[in-house]
Amino acid sequence: MTTVITVPASLDDVSFETMLQAVADLPGDAKLMIDARHSRWASPYGLIGMLTLAQSRSERPTFMPPEDPNTISYWARAGFLAHAEKLMEFHGTAPKPRKSGESNSLLDVTPIARTEDVQYVVSHIQERSKVIMETLGFPAQSSMGFSVVLSESCQNIIEHAGGPGWVSVQAYDWTKRLGRRVVMIAVSDSGIGFRKSLENRQLPLGADRFDDGGALESAVLRATSRFTDPGRGQGLAGIRRYLGKWDGKLTIRSGTARIGIIPKWADGEPALTKNLPHFPGAQYLMVIPELLPT
Amino acid sequence: MLTPMPLDLRIALARAECDLYSNLVTRATGRAVRGQLEHMLSEMEGHRLAVLDFTHVGVLDFSCADEIVAKLLLRFGAGLPAHAEAPSAASYFMFRGLGESHLEALEPVLERHGLALVAEAADGSMQLVGTVDAGELSAWQLVVASGGGELSAIASYADDQSIDLHARLMALARRRLVIQTTAGFHPLRHH
Repeated sequence: MTTVITVPASLDDVSFETMLQAVADLPGDAKLMIDARHSRWASPYGLIGMLTLAQSRSERPTFMPPEDPNTISYWARAGFLAHAEKLMEFHGTAPKPRKSGESNSLLDVTPIARTEDVQYVVSHIQERSKVIMETLGFPAQSSMGFSVVLSESCQNIIEHAGGPGWVSVQAYDWTKRLGRRVVMIAVSDSGIGFRKSLENRQLPLGADRFDDGGALESAVLRATSRFTDPGRGQGLAGIRRYLGKWDGKLTIRSGTARIGIIPKWADGEPALTKNLPHFPGAQYLMVIPELLPT
Repeated sequence: MLTPMPLDLRIALARAECDLYSNLVTRATGRAVRGQLEHMLSEMEGHRLAVLDFTHVGVLDFSCADEIVAKLLLRFGAGLPAHAEAPSAASYFMFRGLGESHLEALEPVLERHGLALVAEAADGSMQLVGTVDAGELSAWQLVVASGGGELSAIASYADDQSIDLHARLMALARRRLVIQTTAGFHPLRHH
């Protein structure tokens, strides 16, 4: 039997949860059909989330691409379709991207499996991030920090996830929602997740208290690493500092929990959410808004 | 006599076969570059002043800062916390071409380990980066301002003559942040 998972019309970090809810109780080898026919928009988190979902299944899912030509063209130009074709059976022929059209993409959907992939990402985005950060009102040197954030978040896949992952970076006009433009970085993997990565370091605290939420708190708030080397664990701390400095938002979802470092403009979003549908690996979302004039 | 040894990070990157990019990012790259630097350093005998040049380095992330800078300093016993015991064979490190973005990655890494280093700007001015207390910083500034020499010559630059300058200079020498010779205490200089 095939279970149909409907892709929401607008797919972002919040609506992606409905897809995870739909697969939460299914065995890993259950056949899925991911139906994106009526989807009109997807954030970078949503796009790489779908790839991660496909990657986490032992049985190759079927994929029904969006019917809207603008949507399918955009997903193609963002690099999603090329990777999706390798992970899923397309229902019908995969559409070819149109060459024209605006793109918000600073970094297309890019696989991260090796150190060289991180080198490529940092090198590739450097010039573009400099331009976009300046147009968002940031000083030129802040783009270096942006590259460091990207490097450290992608490296966590290689150093800790134990499996491949994805990254994508896009710029958006959030004038209606926030009155500002934003840059969005999404990083996702289908690896072992924070709890499993850290559980050997946490046992003295009591295994019963150490769940996905506890693991996220340990890593994000206390810079705990699975390695005993005191030099480890600095990447996430650095990401937090950078986003804090520029009023950015960070959320990390792993297993059944999500932790957020929430700025004032996103007030109301919870700092820690537990009992979410289980999903392997870790999913990062970083949002940096345009700098307000002082 | 101290032998200055300039170490261009670009060359270390190339030898580590990471020269496709000029960025020092990822732990694996950091380990490979540090391996090259350690090999270069091992070819020199006796006391040495290694000058690591970051002029051509683009992005430096926390992982590479830790793998290259912190682990080199720890391994060679330079810039260690004042209470730590330094090895008897003195190795000194100086860092050139560090930009603001490099320092943003380096400072938290050094602080995490309680380390400090001497950075030299393009104009030749020097600064201490990392974990140093106010007493160490003021003593180090006196050494730099005076150009170094005997204790009395350095002390003549101090506004407050009541401080125990000798103890502070000895602590800086133990941390390899100044050089102690029979002629006194001297700033790290390679030219």
